[in-house]
Amino acid sequence: MEYFLQQLINGITLGSIYGLIAIGYTMVYGIIGMINFAHGDIFMVSSFIALIVITALGLTISTGLGLTILALILVLVTAMVIASVYGWTTERLAYRPLRGSFRLAPLITAIGISIVLQNYIQITQGARVKPLQPIIADGYTIMTRVDANGEFAVQISNMQILIIVVTIILMTIFSLIIAKTSLGRAQRACEQDRKMASLLGINVDRTISMTFVMGAALAAVAGLMFLLYYGVIDFFIGFVAGVKAFTAAVLGGIGSLPGAMLGGLVIGLIETFWSAYFSIEYKDVAAFSMLAIVLIFLPQGLLGKPEVEKV
Amino acid sequence: MTDSTNSDSRPGRHLDFGKVAKDLIVTALIATAIFGSTIAFRTVSAAGGLRLEVRYDLAFYVIAVVVIGRLLLWLFIWSKPPGTSAVEMPVSIKSGLAKVTAKVGKGFGPTMLMFALVFPFLPFTDRYLLDLSILILTYVMLGWGLNIVVGLAGLLDLGYVAFYAIGAYSYALLAQYFGFSFWMCLPLAGILAAFWGIILGFPVLRLRGDYLAIVTLAFGEIIRIVLLNWYQFTGGPDGLSGIPRPSFFGLPFSRGEGGFSDFFGFDYSSMHRIIFMYFLILALALLTNFVTNRLRRLPIGRAWEALREDEIACRSLGLNTTSVKLTAFAIGGMFAGFAGSFFATRQGFISPESFTFIESALILAIVVLGGMGSQVGVVIASIAMIGGFEVFREAEQFRMLIFGLAMVVIMIWRPRGLISTRIPSIFLKEKKAVSADMVAQGEGH
Repeated sequence: MEYFLQQLINGITLGSIYGLIAIGYTMVYGIIGMINFAHGDIFMVSSFIALIVITALGLTISTGLGLTILALILVLVTAMVIASVYGWTTERLAYRPLRGSFRLAPLITAIGISIVLQNYIQITQGARVKPLQPIIADGYTIMTRVDANGEFAVQISNMQILIIVVTIILMTIFSLIIAKTSLGRAQRACEQDRKMASLLGINVDRTISMTFVMGAALAAVAGLMFLLYYGVIDFFIGFVAGVKAFTAAVLGGIGSLPGAMLGGLVIGLIETFWSAYFSIEYKDVAAFSMLAIVLIFLPQGLLGKPEVEKV
Repeated sequence: MTDSTNSDSRPGRHLDFGKVAKDLIVTALIATAIFGSTIAFRTVSAAGGLRLEVRYDLAFYVIAVVVIGRLLLWLFIWSKPPGTSAVEMPVSIKSGLAKVTAKVGKGFGPTMLMFALVFPFLPFTDRYLLDLSILILTYVMLGWGLNIVVGLAGLLDLGYVAFYAIGAYSYALLAQYFGFSFWMCLPLAGILAAFWGIILGFPVLRLRGDYLAIVTLAFGEIIRIVLLNWYQFTGGPDGLSGIPRPSFFGLPFSRGEGGFSDFFGFDYSSMHRIIFMYFLILALALLTNFVTNRLRRLPIGRAWEALREDEIACRSLGLNTTSVKLTAFAIGGMFAGFAGSFFATRQGFISPESFTFIESALILAIVVLGGMGSQVGVVIASIAMIGGFEVFREAEQFRMLIFGLAMVVIMIWRPRGLISTRIPSIFLKEKKAVSADMVAQGEGH
């Protein structure tokens, strides 16, 4: 029971990170129906930027609490801004010229951009794994159990609390943006019918650009969280994280924001529990098999709307 | 930069300096954000953590190049008055050119084939060139195999390399455990790969395009992870080595009694095996091409193409789309299985590292850049891609970067691929008129 609880906490933390990335996939797919394959690499780039800023600020574990919070906000904002520029530029250079082209074309450029970003970071930042000393330490012990095998404590670290809280806050903010602002209205309009939206005076190109910017900004949050939580990054983290986040988006029902978050949590939990109870080597297999199973029995995902096929 | 490049707001012959200046400043800012962040600073390991290495000069040069490049674009390309394209040709020249390319296109395939047949015996052909052409031919074969799935049936498969891996491991394992020869394993590898295609395809083929793409990608990863972790059976990351080489219908390519050179009375040369390998993969590739072209004329091939164009219409007309898709998947997988067992016997060593996602992406890029459904396009794209890889061999680090950039640039330049026209397999009257028009840019099938 205690072990289960501990894994649940770990799984929710991991799932939050996946969920944040998944939102980028789900929004872009919802609005222009393409898999933004480079999104996982935007996440990777942003974690490198966060690492650079943290190193530049000289942030360590001995920094005071107030300063740490200030510095982390600065790191987050920088990473979000630069990741947004990356997202905006890739959309502008690689996807927009192919709008209205046949379906596979933007997917190929997306794979191309993904390869470019990975190798660009490999060249400029080096191929080796980058370790970061933990910045946020300590945590709370929720419960302990003492038995013949020794003591087992269920813990939640401050880092995990931070990740979960930040995810909840950002999810709320972005849901409000989609639900209440004129930008969100424009996005939903474009999602339903791009042509009609443009006839009604919505700047479709700008709306799509903003979608990419929002997705990239959330990926940057995930990038920082990933960096702080795991403490190691390399230029290849974007691929696996990206595929899993896309899996999460599909699982939750593509195009649905709460769905992406839910899918992220499910994927995170499956992965954590599989590693904890079965084998750590095959955790990705479990996550991917889950995707196939869900798609077969529930093609529209957990929270997606059933799609009506039209001729 | 935001909206200034749209065709409707393009300036006249005279440059609008204010606009250009504004655009250049925005470009500079964006370039600074992108390159200034990652080139100017680099984290390096140091005592007790990380240290920042600063390279402002390099970042500055890169940003300067971007800004100057954009300025040159403004000066020479975007300064033309709207509506007149620099390369607009009169219609008469255009149609004449089309006729010439049509003729060239018709002769292109046979010429290539003749060249491929005599290539190993040409005076300038050395071992290096032969090895390179074997590699190119392997990708041609994989491209043709994937073309059945992507180009003909219109199913996006991002995990094609899984079938390639299954073929390679089938041969290696069958040879290791049962001592089967290459010629026995070749069909078995194909059958096993096709079988896996059916196993995978059966549940997932009812999914729509992009979902299918992501499931096939996941499948490719699952196969790779299993190969990597099933240490007792597949050797895990160490791979399998000592895979037997093929023999010439029972004659091994070895020195001395009973070998190939001894039997035919040649002097022993290590080139014999390479040349044999070359013809082996050439024959396999041509088999793929032949089968594909024949299948296209059969009902199943027509069903594939109909499915690609409109799935709902297919279903309305009573086609069993699942079985049509399954055959495409299985046949495409089978050819990848053949290619995989050839790969295993050529290398003599295989490991999961040869079957990463990037391979799938490369094969897909060959098919799409060549022009989906175009057989000649696959050949051209393979030569360009794999040859290009070799040219940039020196710049090891920059090779993949250039590859990725090339993918993006070619796709934007020709979204339909290098050879973008196809001859429809079936016609309703007026076959000639249609085909002459469709062949405009080269041979289409």
